[in-house]
Amino acid sequence: MPVNIKAKLIKKEQLKQDIYKFSMQAKEIVDIAKPGNFIEIRVTDSIEPLLRRPISIYNMEKDTGILEIIFQVKGKGTKILAERKEGEYIDIIGPLGYGTFQVKNTGTVAIIGGGIGVFPLYELAKQTKAAGAMVNTYLGFRSKDFVVLEEEFKNVSSKLIITTDDGTYAESGFAINKLKEDISVNKPDMIYACGPLPMLKAVQTLSIEQGIPCQISLEEKMGCGLGACLGCAVKTANSPADAPQYWHVCKAGPVFDASDVEI
Amino acid sequence: MLNSIGLQNPGVEFFMENDLPWLKRFDTAIIVNACGSTIDEYVELCKVLNTLDIDGVELNLSCPNVKAGCLAFGTTYEGVKEVTSQVRKVLDKPLIVKLTPNVTDITAPAKGAEDAGADGVSLINTLLGMSIDIYKRRPHLANNTGGLSGPAVKPVAVRMVYQVSKAVKIPILGLGGIITGEDAIEFMLAGAQAISIGTANFIAPDTCLKVIDGIEKYMKKCNIEDINSIVGTVEMN
Ligand SMILES: Cc1cc2nc3c(=O)[nH]c(=O)nc-3n(C[C@H](O)[C@H](O)[C@H](O)COP(=O)(O)OP(=O)(O)OC[C@H]3O[C@@H](n4cnc5c(N)ncnc54)[C@H](O)[C@@H]3O)c2cc1C
Ligand SMILES: Cc1cc2nc3c(=O)[nH]c(=O)nc-3n(C[C@H](O)[C@H](O)[C@H](O)COP(=O)(O)O)c2cc1C
Ligand code: FES
Repeated sequence: MPVNIKAKLIKKEQLKQDIYKFSMQAKEIVDIAKPGNFIEIRVTDSIEPLLRRPISIYNMEKDTGILEIIFQVKGKGTKILAERKEGEYIDIIGPLGYGTFQVKNTGTVAIIGGGIGVFPLYELAKQTKAAGAMVNTYLGFRSKDFVVLEEEFKNVSSKLIITTDDGTYAESGFAINKLKEDISVNKPDMIYACGPLPMLKAVQTLSIEQGIPCQISLEEKMGCGLGACLGCAVKTANSPADAPQYWHVCKAGPVFDASDVEI
Repeated sequence: MLNSIGLQNPGVEFFMENDLPWLKRFDTAIIVNACGSTIDEYVELCKVLNTLDIDGVELNLSCPNVKAGCLAFGTTYEGVKEVTSQVRKVLDKPLIVKLTPNVTDITAPAKGAEDAGADGVSLINTLLGMSIDIYKRRPHLANNTGGLSGPAVKPVAVRMVYQVSKAVKIPILGLGGIITGEDAIEFMLAGAQAISIGTANFIAPDTCLKVIDGIEKYMKKCNIEDINSIVGTVEMN
């Protein structure tokens, strides 16, 4: 069961000009959360902005109860959040989402992420590597200035490949192309993905063509994150055009089997 | 909150098999919100609802997000009276008619419901609104327009509850932007016998408990023994 708590902001770090990392004391959530879960944050006690903002769990420390998130300042909600100070208490609900990443403990997995979609993949990589599987991680960013968490991902991956769209840092091009190259030599037992929609679509197609099990984490605008407002609908795969069926990303997801959703 | 979520109902059979048994686990009244796209659909639906172990039906004549749907019936005296009286013939359970605020005179549809034999009216549903992404120069919502709810609509809702309370004798279920006990009291003073809460639950799932606490605090502070005694007691300037 998700809980609603006031989590103390222990540490706040600015990773990039508009990217922040929050470490919060949230034992009640960390105790039960799985990789892929997210939390809903009330960025202020006032009614503007009214709705909570969904942010993925980036890292959890089971022994200390520390929960970490990383977020990019996009609009007014995340701007207010970024102004919160260490020592303050933040109203959060979590862990949310019944669809989470299934951690494998044998074989080889490929983890692919792009942009702000890399954040929820860290806890997955960490747990998968600790469980004993080989973790090959492919992270794509727009440009050199957008590359984040290289060291962190290196520590939880057997192999880490970073790409930039414009070639200003590390490998040039899209991360998906690097994954494709590797698959032609050696098929992973599982693919996990989170990132921009075009990337998720490409990964979905690739996994179905290659017959590799694949989980993708989706993002939708969320009114509540609790399964109540029905605002986060996504079509189920192969549902009839005249009577479409829907999943709700906050409840059935955010992580889905790639073959279950139409994106 | 501005939404164009629409009515994603899996239908009454699904409700009977899944939601109702779940709701039955709780010690509370169950009022089913019902919507159709034709009068026949309302009638067929309410025939089924009449056979279920529920405490009442709220007719949604006012959803702004359904194309040919309920909004068409909800805006006039005649429209509301027609669909309500057809439903009344097949429904023995308490019948509440939910009104749309997207009208010039809210008392007309309210009277339509009363004259057709409704046991109560509820108001307001969402107000039609639009919001634009100034960089894309396109509406934020895929549907272009949507329904506005939450604190932004509360003054409109309170005004309409007051107007309807002066126009009809049946009880009023007031809603629109209630977050605190104080908000609820405002609706009661304006003439609502009961209140309900939508949007606030999305932000704080324990809102209802907090609102009840708030109402009790107000009663203590103002020495009120029976909350019913304050209904409709606002004194106009
Ligand atoms: C399950 C999930 C996990 C997420 N995890 C992260 C994360 O770990 N790190 C991160 O930086 N971001 C994450 N996001 C995206 C983040 O929720 C949005 O960037 C944030 O809500 C924007 O709020 P705002 O008030 O700053 O922006 P607004 O001013 O409201 O809007 C700015 C932009 O953000 C989009 N947006 C607004 N509200 C939402 C919403 N509720 N859901 C999705 N998009 C929205 C708008 O379409 C707009 O393009 C996640 C989203 C989801 C659904
Ligand atoms: C996401 C969402 C879904 C709604 N769905 C319905 C519905 O199915 N039937 C209905 O009568 N009203 C529906 N409403 C309207 C609310 O019940 C309520 O009348 C309105 O939002 C004002 O109250 P509030 O400010 O407390 O939300 C919906 C509102 C929202 C925000
Ligand atoms: S965000 Fe409200 S149901 Fe998913």
